[in-house]
Amino acid sequence: MRLPYRSIALGVVAIAFSALLFQRAQAGGSHYFAPVTDPVVKEECGSCHLAFPPSMLPAGSWQRMMGDLKNHFGDDASVDAATAAHITDYLVANAGDTGGRRYGDKLLRGTSTTNAPLRITELSRWLREHREVSAREWQHKDVRSKANCVACHAAAERGYYDD
Amino acid sequence: MNERFSKRSATARQSGAMSNPNSEEAIMNAPKSRLLLAVALALASVTVVAAARDDLLTGYATTAKKADPAFAGFSATRGEAFHRKSFAGGKAATPACTSCHSTDPRTAGRTPTGKAIDPLAVSVNPGRYTDPAKVDKWFKRNCNEVLGRECTPQEKGDWLSFMLSQ
Repeated sequence: MRLPYRSIALGVVAIAFSALLFQRAQAGGSHYFAPVTDPVVKEECGSCHLAFPPSMLPAGSWQRMMGDLKNHFGDDASVDAATAAHITDYLVANAGDTGGRRYGDKLLRGTSTTNAPLRITELSRWLREHREVSAREWQHKDVRSKANCVACHAAAERGYYDD
Repeated sequence: MNERFSKRSATARQSGAMSNPNSEEAIMNAPKSRLLLAVALALASVTVVAAARDDLLTGYATTAKKADPAFAGFSATRGEAFHRKSFAGGKAATPACTSCHSTDPRTAGRTPTGKAIDPLAVSVNPGRYTDPAKVDKWFKRNCNEVLGRECTPQEKGDWLSFMLSQ
């Protein structure tokens, strides 16, 4: 019996394609970044600013950042050694080039994982996505900081950064 | 903690009923004693929370006395003035506690990155100042940012007294 190879191949391609789409839809599109779920990380990283999703930076950036919390973008954010180790483990395990790859892939495109910036807002992809935002909008009294994602991305706390 | 309490109260109820199964009095008194027990437990947990804050104040008082033998206790009024005062030693963006915390401790503050800060006043935020490590952490960070130095035990105690009075 001759198998209809062509139809089988077509079918497999169709299934693979829809599986890919489904995964995308499940993850909420390319603007979804799984939010922090660890309670310690949420508390320690989320009391001054949004607890940024670990998938937004590569592991190397998180490690360098956690190595110098005393000078955390101009603020002293130091925590005790045990807490720091716990946070580092979580961030590294879920970073954009490790466990959180499927979320961070697009944002980290064009960024070297070994020499990446520490600021999410300096990633080339981030800059491109935000190039239409004017200086006036950044200075708006409800925005004030580029770290204030929630000012525009209302569902950022839940991981959605569309619109 | 709650789980342990409810388990204990369940046993208390059981043993009470068993020791005097047919006594009408025991049955009549059951709800009252249960109420008493609940009140006692509630008081106990309030005491635990208050004890954590008292320990903080006692600790500040001890070190304050060591630094200055003339130490004469804490004052909520002084704490309030401290809370609102502008300092020059710290960072320009945050000259006062009220740069991020609100002037009225009963309302929420806001960090420079737009995050809300829960009110500082114990009356509206009863969980405040019950974890000494957390209190230490924030005094250390915030005093450095606002005053450019550590706060003295006197300042910490005054400020905390103000928040407890609010």
